[in-house]
Amino acid sequence: MKHFKLALSILLIGILSFTSCKENAKKEGSNTAEIPVSREMIAELTSPPNVPTPVGRRKAKKLIVNMEILEQEGELTGGVKYMYWTFGGSVPGSFIRTRVGDEVEFTLSNHPDNKLPHNIDLHAVTGPGGGAESSFVAPGHEKTFSFKTLNPGLYVYHCATAPVGMHIANGMYGLILVEPEGGLPPVDKEYYVMQGDFYTKGKNGERGLQPFDMQKAVDEKADYVVFNGSVDGLTGDNALTAKVGETVRLYVGNGGPNLVSSFHVIGEIFDKVHVEGGELINENIQTTLIPAGGASIVEFRVDVPGSLVLVDHSIFRAFNKGALGILNVEGEEDKKIYSGEIREGIYLPEGPGIQNMPTTDEIVESEIPAKSFDEQMKFGKQVYMQTCFACHQSEGQGIPNAFPPLANSDYLNADVNRAIGVVVNGLSGEITVNGDTYNSVMTKQMISSDDVANVLTYVYNSWGNSKEVVTKEMVEKVKNQ
Amino acid sequence: MTTKIFSLFLVSLAIQSFMFGQAKDMAVIEGSRYIPLYGRDSTVVEVQDFKMDIYPVTIEAYQQFLKENPKWTKSKVVKLFADKSYLTNWKNDLEPNDAINPKSPVNYVSWFAAKAYCECQDKRLPTVDEWEYVAMADETTKDARIKPSYNEKILAWYEAPRTKENSVGETPKNAWGVYDLHGLVWEWTLDFNSVLITGESRKDMDNDNNLFCGSAAINATDLMNYAAFMRYATRGSLKAKYAMKNLGFRCVQDIKEETK
Repeated sequence: MKHFKLALSILLIGILSFTSCKENAKKEGSNTAEIPVSREMIAELTSPPNVPTPVGRRKAKKLIVNMEILEQEGELTGGVKYMYWTFGGSVPGSFIRTRVGDEVEFTLSNHPDNKLPHNIDLHAVTGPGGGAESSFVAPGHEKTFSFKTLNPGLYVYHCATAPVGMHIANGMYGLILVEPEGGLPPVDKEYYVMQGDFYTKGKNGERGLQPFDMQKAVDEKADYVVFNGSVDGLTGDNALTAKVGETVRLYVGNGGPNLVSSFHVIGEIFDKVHVEGGELINENIQTTLIPAGGASIVEFRVDVPGSLVLVDHSIFRAFNKGALGILNVEGEEDKKIYSGEIREGIYLPEGPGIQNMPTTDEIVESEIPAKSFDEQMKFGKQVYMQTCFACHQSEGQGIPNAFPPLANSDYLNADVNRAIGVVVNGLSGEITVNGDTYNSVMTKQMISSDDVANVLTYVYNSWGNSKEVVTKEMVEKVKNQ
Repeated sequence: MTTKIFSLFLVSLAIQSFMFGQAKDMAVIEGSRYIPLYGRDSTVVEVQDFKMDIYPVTIEAYQQFLKENPKWTKSKVVKLFADKSYLTNWKNDLEPNDAINPKSPVNYVSWFAAKAYCECQDKRLPTVDEWEYVAMADETTKDARIKPSYNEKILAWYEAPRTKENSVGETPKNAWGVYDLHGLVWEWTLDFNSVLITGESRKDMDNDNNLFCGSAAINATDLMNYAAFMRYATRGSLKAKYAMKNLGFRCVQDIKEETK
């Protein structure tokens, strides 16, 4: 009897472990290739920073994706034009949203005006070349192929036509999301952000239509590193928005072609990161690495109002090459979470003084002096967007307690020569602007007298300021004092 | 007697002007050996002497061809030989749309049509090797591929929109006296599909394929020629019945043995 009991329990254990084994197998290997599809559906495609409607609880379907390739000129940053090659007319290309088990019927159309053949390699495809071979298409033609989404995750797609690096460097990349069955947990806001590096004949900021520079690309010396295809891809009018208390999910990709992104949001901690866009979830992350040709899903709840700054924390890329985006959060302050400045004092262990940006270069005189007021405004705006915008913000509103406003600024309008002096010599110490006191440091700006005149003219003639026109002579006079 | 001599004189004059016409529209290309894009010592190709049209075939010239060969008009063309884009910018069988510049290169033509056109003139399409051989010249040098300015100019075209609307002969002529190899349209070649590009260019590298094995390792040769990669890729994407907006052609002629 005892023996029988033992035998029974062994048998039971055996059965239990066998079934649990089976369950595990079902869960992990559950053959997603066998998921049946019902009905056809035309995929919603969106341009960045928007993403299509979540899949929710829908069943797997035959999903029709129609993607058009367009070679078109766009603006990399103020005054700098670039011939982008795009999937769907945007860089990054249209966002594709699927669920696991979908059968995607993908049609790639190459616009007749295009000069080159293209194709697409989707990392979500299980099959040779990720679809590249089946989708190689001449201008004025289209190709269709189909694939089943077997693995949930966030995947990069890109063009793979020779020279591959050049096609990617010109903007031919985007993201395709494969949601798990039942969809990702709902959140309040979802956005699509993708980093890319650009290589131009002229150096960063040089005006005009800039051709692609193969040598710089091979040397991996990027002139621009940007989010969503241009320096202002996620700033100014393109900034992302959220309200206090909302949960934000960012689908972040990196098209490369070369650089790996140290993705970070200044002023936030990622509550969750889907590491490398896959199933593994890591929590409480400051900076997540996104490889070229890889992606990541990051989620965080925004608790206090203000501007969060998206950056590649290889930080010169952010402040000097364009890898900077803004997420504006509106709502009630919560002093418990973030107080703002509480008190200030003077601490000068190394003596007072104004910092200089270290530089070995002489200030280069502007090659194209502005000939009219309109040109001054135009060039001034470009200088502003390159040099001043990060602190003083797109509408000159500044950042409370940190960077004083330039809009409607009493300090600015009171004395034009003082303003010129601030730009050419820098400024530190306490000042009062529109009734608020600020105590921070502005570095000396290493820009030409023409550029100083242009940018100040732009500032004085924007946002309700005194409409002063600043000339190169006025700047020179202050410099020579 | 005098009239006879006079008429003989007239005839010879006519022949001369005919000869002159020939010489004016075609340039003599001295053959040689060179290493094309997919360069390795083992892949030196040899090009014989031949003559090449100095301009791509124009809309005007193609119109004349259609008048003489109605079977190539868009209503009559055999569908196997031209897809439905064939001459899509022509309003009817014999007239292009009004906006089209008659001196611009003909486009929306299939390989079959281009080949037939050349054969009607007792010419043929150039081979890829012949075309690339002439196309590696700039204004002063017959092999300008190592000059940075050479690649820059070609790439500038790849980035310039709507060049197909320009007239032929406006780009500077190259050292052979040939115009527009770069700067207007892509051009059909006789054996455009002889370089097998599968569409998966990275796989092509592994396959020890002539064209792409050279590019697996990045070196100066690849950099020098990356503009050419785009031409080979374009050719690889074509089928003989395709008619495309940015694709035209020109003809070449073998130099007859009798001249020797």
